[in-house]
Amino acid sequence: MIRLSNVQKTYPARRGSPAHKALHGIDLDIAAGEIVGVIGRSGAGKSTLIRCINLLEVPTAGSVIVDGTDVTQLVKRDLPLFRRQLGMVFQHFNLLSSRTVYDNIALPLELAGASKAEIAAAVDPLLPLVGLEDKRDRYPAELSGGQKQRVGIARALSSNPKVVLCDEVTSALDPETTRQILSLLRDINKRLGLTMVVITHEMAVVKQLCDRVAVMDGGVIVEEGKVDAIFANPTHATTQSLLADEFLDYPARPNAAANANTGQEA
Amino acid sequence: MFATLAPILLQATLETFSMVISALVLGTTFGLPIGVVLATSGRGELFEAPLFQKIIGPIVNATRSVPFIILAVAIIPFTRLVAGTSIGTAAAIVPLTVAAIPFIARIIEGAIREVDGGLVEAAQAMGARPFQVVTKVLLPEALPGIIHGLTLTAVTLIGYSAMVGAVGAGGLGDLGIRYGYQRFRPDVMAAVVITLIVVVQMVQSLGDWLARKADKRNI
Repeated sequence: MIRLSNVQKTYPARRGSPAHKALHGIDLDIAAGEIVGVIGRSGAGKSTLIRCINLLEVPTAGSVIVDGTDVTQLVKRDLPLFRRQLGMVFQHFNLLSSRTVYDNIALPLELAGASKAEIAAAVDPLLPLVGLEDKRDRYPAELSGGQKQRVGIARALSSNPKVVLCDEVTSALDPETTRQILSLLRDINKRLGLTMVVITHEMAVVKQLCDRVAVMDGGVIVEEGKVDAIFANPTHATTQSLLADEFLDYPARPNAAANANTGQEA
Repeated sequence: MFATLAPILLQATLETFSMVISALVLGTTFGLPIGVVLATSGRGELFEAPLFQKIIGPIVNATRSVPFIILAVAIIPFTRLVAGTSIGTAAAIVPLTVAAIPFIARIIEGAIREVDGGLVEAAQAMGARPFQVVTKVLLPEALPGIIHGLTLTAVTLIGYSAMVGAVGAGGLGDLGIRYGYQRFRPDVMAAVVITLIVVVQMVQSLGDWLARKADKRNI
C-alpha cells in the first residue's frame, strides 16, 4: 500500500542554524490493512517521516509510493486530490474551534466539494462509530481530550480514506483515555480494513495497537519487525531503552536506561 | 434651546455614522485581502511571496506612521480625483478609507497569525487548497479577533472623523469645533462630547457582543 524507498529529508540552513538532515534514507513497506508503528525519541525523525507520506514535507530524495503512484512526482496542483485519499489524526487534535463536532467531521468533504446530502450520508454513521452521537452539535471547547480525539478520528475517516496517519494521537491523553482511543483505532482498522501508520514514543501504544513496528533513531530505522518478535528479542539499544522506559520489569542495559529521556515530541 | 440643537446634533451624528461606516466597509474590502496576504506570504507560509511582503509591509507602515490630520490634508489632490471635491462628508470618506486600509490590514494579519499553525497543517492534510485554507480555516478561526479589531477601527475612525472637520467635512467633530469652540457655545460642545461618548460606548458594546457570539473557544 505504501512503499518508502531511500526517503531522505534535509532542512536547508537558515539564519542561525545549519542544514539539518532529518531522514537518512528510509526504506519501509506497509501492506494494505496493516497497522505499522514508528517509534523513536524526540528528534528521531518520525514526525518528518509520517509527513513525507502525505507530502506535508517534501522528501529531498527517494520515492514515496502510495497505492501504486509515486506521489513525490505529483505536481503541486494535484497534491490536494492525493491527500484526500489519506486521513490524518494529530496529537493536539487540531479541531476548528469555530465548528461543531458535526461540522468538523464534515470539513474534509466540504473541501472536496461534497453536497450537503453526501456530507450527511458520510458523517451521520461516523458519530456512533466513535461514540459521539450525543455531541453532534457541541463545540470542541465543550469536549474532553478523549472526545476531541474521537472527533479527530471521525474527521480522518469522513473522506473514506484507504490510509490513516496517526501522529502521536494519544500523547496528550491520560492512560485510561489512551486505552479507549487505541482500542477504537484497532476496531476501526478491523472493521474498515484501513492501513494505518502510527507515530509514537510509547512502546505501550505499539504493543496495544500495531502489527509491525519500525524503531527510529537519528533519522534511520534501526530495527524493524513484527511487534511480538521485537518485544521478545529487541536487538538495538534504542529499542531496549524504549522498552525499559515503560515496562519496569524489562531487563534493560544499565547505560541504556540511564540515557532514557521521556520528553515528548517538540 | 434643545429644540434648535437637537436637529443639528442628529444631523451631525448621522454624518459621522455615514463617514465611519463607509470607511469601515471600504477599508475592510481593501484591508482584508492585504491582511491575509501579509499573514500568509512569509517564507514557508501558504502563499510564499517574501518579496511582496517586503514591499507591502513598509507601505502599510508608512501610511500608519503619518498623523491622520496630515494624511487628510496631504492627499487632498487624490481626494479630489476620487470624489470630485475635497469638501464635504462624501469627500471625507476618502482619507478615512486610506487611513483605515493599513490599520485593518495589520489587524487582520494579527488575528490570522493567532490561529494555531496545526490547523493549517490539518487542513492541508485533508486536501485543502491554499485559498480554502484561508476561507474555511484562517478567517473563521480568526473571526473573534477580527471583530475585536474592527471595533477598535470603528472607534478610531470616529475620532478621525472629527478631525476631517478641519478639511471641510461635516459630522460631530465639525459641529463641536465650529459651533462649540469658534462660536463659544459650551452647551453645544458638551452635547457633542456626550454624544461621542455614547456612540463609542454603543459601538464598543456591539463589537464585544458580536465577538463573544463568534468566539466558541470558551463555552
